Parts: sequence; C-alpha cells; structure tokens
Amino acid sequence: MSHEITLTVNGHAHTRTVEARLLLSDFLRHELGLTGTHVGCEHGVCGACTILLDGVPVRSCLTFAVQANGHEIMTVEGLGHDPENLHPLQQSFWESHGLQCGFCTPGFLMTLLPFLQENPDPSEQEIREAISGNLCRCTGYQFIVDAVKLAAQKMGEPQP
Amino acid sequence: MKPAAFDYHAPTTLDEALALLAAYGDEAKILAGGQSLIPAMNFRLAQPAILVDINPVTTLVGIHAEGDGGLRIGTMTRQRTVEHSDLVAARAPLLAETMPHIAHPQIRNRGTFGGSLAHADPASELPAVAVALGMTLRAQSTRGERDIDATDFFQGLFATALEPDEMLIEVLIPALPARTGTAFAEVARRHGDYAMAGAAAVVTLAEDGTIAACKLVYLSIGDAPVESHSAASALLGVIPTDEAIRAAAEAMEQDIDPLGDIHATAAYRRHLAKVLARRTLASAVARARN
Repeated sequence: MSHEITLTVNGHAHTRTVEARLLLSDFLRHELGLTGTHVGCEHGVCGACTILLDGVPVRSCLTFAVQANGHEIMTVEGLGHDPENLHPLQQSFWESHGLQCGFCTPGFLMTLLPFLQENPDPSEQEIREAISGNLCRCTGYQFIVDAVKLAAQKMGEPQP
Repeated sequence: MKPAAFDYHAPTTLDEALALLAAYGDEAKILAGGQSLIPAMNFRLAQPAILVDINPVTTLVGIHAEGDGGLRIGTMTRQRTVEHSDLVAARAPLLAETMPHIAHPQIRNRGTFGGSLAHADPASELPAVAVALGMTLRAQSTRGERDIDATDFFQGLFATALEPDEMLIEVLIPALPARTGTAFAEVARRHGDYAMAGAAAVVTLAEDGTIAACKLVYLSIGDAPVESHSAASALLGVIPTDEAIRAAAEAMEQDIDPLGDIHATAAYRRHLAKVLARRTLASAVARARN
C-alpha cells in the first residue's frame, strides 16, 4: 500500500509516494539522497540515525516515512555545508578531535544541537547523559565531551 | 532488517481508531511511539498485517490535574513531556524520578506513556511504577469503556488485560496520602540500557512514625511487575529503623524467583533485589518523614 507524503527537510518541501513500511532513515538516504543520516543498528540503540523531527531529536530508524507527512525534518545536511562554513558545533568536533571514523558523528550532532540550544552551559554530567543514547566506538567519548564544552563556548559567543 | 509489508491507517479521531480495531481485531497493531514495536518489526519479530497509527489522535495527549489531587495522563503523551512536567513532579514525584531512567532522550521524545504500559515489557520501568502507585488504566473499545487496576492489567510477558479491540486511552494516578515518601532505583550496565533489576517503593507513615502502608514493586525480576507483599507486611506497624528495613529486604526474598540471562545471573538479580529494597525503602522513609 503506497501513500503520498509531503514533508519539509532542511527547509525544502518534498513530495514522494512511499510504501508504508519505508523507514524514515531509508527515505532520507534513498529517496532524497541525504546520506549524512547514517544507519547503524536499526533498532534504536546506536543513535547514528538521529535527526530532528519538529525540532526534537528522534531515531529515524524507529519512525516510518509516512509518519513524517506534514512534519519538519532537519538532518546533518542542514548544518554547515562545507569545511569553510561549518556550524560551531561541527567546528568544535573538528578542533577537539571529537571523531575518528565519523560514522556516529551525524547522530551526535543532531542530538547535541537542540541540547545546547536548551542548555547553553551544561555540566560534564549533563553532557554525558545527553549523549548516552549515541554510541561511538572510536573516541572513548572524552574528546566528544571536550567538543561539546567547546561548542557551548562558541555558540555562546556572538556570531559574526 | 526491514519491516514486512503492512496496511497503514492513520485515524485522526479516537472513534475512527476504535472502529478500525473492532474491524481488524488481532490482525491490527496500534502504533503509538513505536520505540518497541518498530524495532520488533525491523527484526521481523512482529509482522502485523495492519498498523493503526494513533499519533494523529491529538485528544489522547495531555497531563491533567484532577480535583482530588491526582493526575490523569493521556495515553499518547510523550515520555519526555511527562519527564519535564511540573505537575507530575509535584503530584507524582515517583514518576518524575523514574522517567529519566527510560531508555535515552531520543527514545523518550517519541515513546509514549501509554505505549510503554500497553507493551508490558517486564524490563520496562512504567509498569512497575504503575503498580506501586496504584494507577488505574482506562481502556476503550466500540463496546464501551472500562477501568483496570494496574495490578490486574499486567498479566505476564508482554501480556495485558486489554482485548484485541481495546485501546488504553488514559491513566489515572491517585493522589499520595499525607506522610508518604516514594523512591525509584535501578541497576543497569550503562545509563539507558535495560535494567538488570529495578525497584519502586511507596511508604506512608502513621502519625506515630510507624509504617501505615508500604509497597515495593520490582521490574526485570519476573515476567511482569513483581510486588513484594512479604516486605510490606514485615514493615507494617513498625518504626522503620535500618534494622527493620534490612529485615524487610530479607523477607522480600521469598517473593521473587528471578531468572538468569546474559546480562545477569539469577543469583546476581537476587542480590540486586535485596540491595534495591534497602535503598528504595530507606529513601522513601526519609522522604515520608520530611
């Protein structure tokens, strides 16, 4: 059974016909070509597919594309576009070595963006709880925590 | 790792949703937050022919203050909303204390209050808290509405008192009596993982400082929430000293028969249950005294 859906992704409206069983993660990657959203475990444990649905971070592998009809999505592609124009959060991950292989990074960024907007000066404990739903097998998390602290600082400064 | 095909319905009213359940019965599954159902479908452990997505039914969302000091929570209220509700913090502090232990923030943004109860996973937190607080679960079908006590609602592994055509629509949480303290604790390998064991305690003191009422309910210890009546009777009418609480934790042991799995052996779960009994009862007593 197919359904026509219209949704906004990173500010652009898209209309597609999808099967009900198509996961939002696969819709973003295969239908829209937004491969920044990574697919790890597909059962909600790893956090690599985290996106913003109406501004809040959710697992795109645990939502059907058809459920996003009429809603607003933001993926990692909605942050900075190229190395010269990174979002301060991305820049902080770069500067603090908050990634190695980078597979988990989009999920971390999409989890952390609303977290830092709501909580501009988080404690280390709050940061660790905020990222508890995202797995990273490279960094050991310490440099990610450092990156979040740096990002909080950068995002607190007035933007040029 | 992709779900099998299904027919998708997204009713916008409760009546439409109930009509679909009445028409399809066993063949249909309700899609609430989907944070347990969709993983099961991705693994093809669940292959429902029909999904009834109740996310568009906005009347099922909300946290309401009841006149008697209690609360009424709509089944589709997101777990994150319950977690951050001042009303819940004031009237059901046990629930507020428990919410951050449920999975991860991203899951709680999508997961619903009623969905977790209706799913009845023995390792999940809300069923145990529902029994501890004596919640009433209100179900509706095209045949009518009925109220089910939490104690009768949970019937075993993923099994509830709900009939295939019934939907959990809201949950009533009674007001806490005066001089009542509550506490929740669980032990998990990592924050957000399924707990190896967890406990919720509700203690009411009499004016003379003895225990007038006590509930101790476990998650991840049996195939449904496990209430320790022995711990409660050991404490009734006594002054809750450290020794009395220790004795209640010992008495609790006869009420449980935990199984071992890859996360924890049966003996370790038994050990955790005792530690959690002491911790939660002691904090509940301390809070009741304040």
